[in-house]
Amino acid sequence: MSDEERGLGFVLLVVVGGLIFGFGLGVSNMARPEVVLDFLQFDDFGLVFVMGGAAVVTGVVFALAETFGNRAPLTGRDYGRRLKSFDKNVVVGGVIFGAGWGISGICPGAAYASLGVGNYPILVAIGGMFVGAYLQGLWRARRADHAARSTSAD
Amino acid sequence: MTGLTPLFAESLFPNGITHYALGGLLIGLGTAIIYLGTGIIAGASTFLESTLSYVSDLPRFNKVKYVTSRNWRVVFTLSIVAGAALYTVTLGDGWWVSSVQPWRFAVGGVLVGIGTRIGKGCTSGHGVCGVGSRSRTSFVNVATFMLVAIGVAQLLSALGVSP
Repeated sequence: MSDEERGLGFVLLVVVGGLIFGFGLGVSNMARPEVVLDFLQFDDFGLVFVMGGAAVVTGVVFALAETFGNRAPLTGRDYGRRLKSFDKNVVVGGVIFGAGWGISGICPGAAYASLGVGNYPILVAIGGMFVGAYLQGLWRARRADHAARSTSAD
Repeated sequence: MTGLTPLFAESLFPNGITHYALGGLLIGLGTAIIYLGTGIIAGASTFLESTLSYVSDLPRFNKVKYVTSRNWRVVFTLSIVAGAALYTVTLGDGWWVSSVQPWRFAVGGVLVGIGTRIGKGCTSGHGVCGVGSRSRTSFVNVATFMLVAIGVAQLLSALGVSP
């Protein structure tokens, strides 16, 4: 069950990457829900530079690695891009996620970072995210169960 | 004309753009370093499902991809918390607590949790990694959640909910 823990190098890299990621969320002030809400209410458009700046870096690195890279040294994985299939769930999920983001000003990565800047009330949001993910999983399981039963009844 | 441009920029970016752009570059760099070493594109929200596999027997949370990645995803998340703490005690201006009303965190958190799992990603998965991958699916997801979030936040603000 530990296929992806390829030793100390792997863990250290995840730690370093996570530290930089969290540090960046701190620098950008995205760990503060108020700043995200300021963007959504058109008071401060800075968030465009955060998401844009991050996507430019990943865009360049992903493209270079895919073109010139061979395999990732720590896992032997091929370098690929993040391409998920499109279906209506992408839109439905986007609407629900957007409603939650608009209400709270917080998303998963920024919520973890928010805890790091001392914002303990964010634990309510993180708890809520676990509840939401669990409810979604439960609902999916029930639906799959129901579908299986109605198929076998035919 | 020379006076108009700074005024325009000031109204769009009352706090400047430097720390926003710098923070964004670092967020991208953190993702890029993990990717270059491991080939893994790490979004922030899969942690929710993979961590639920520790406590739930639901097959949905116990897919091989969650169970085999749950340990390092915990490490990744704790490192994000630590990275933000490191910022706070070095360059930052001290510990900070939000004054956004708790019900907004509770309700918003649940919806974010549901939405990110139905929609296959969040602001980092779709917004940073997916857009960086020039994925059409991610562009659609980001445009959708942006528009809805703007509408909802503006509506709450108009109803006098603040902060």
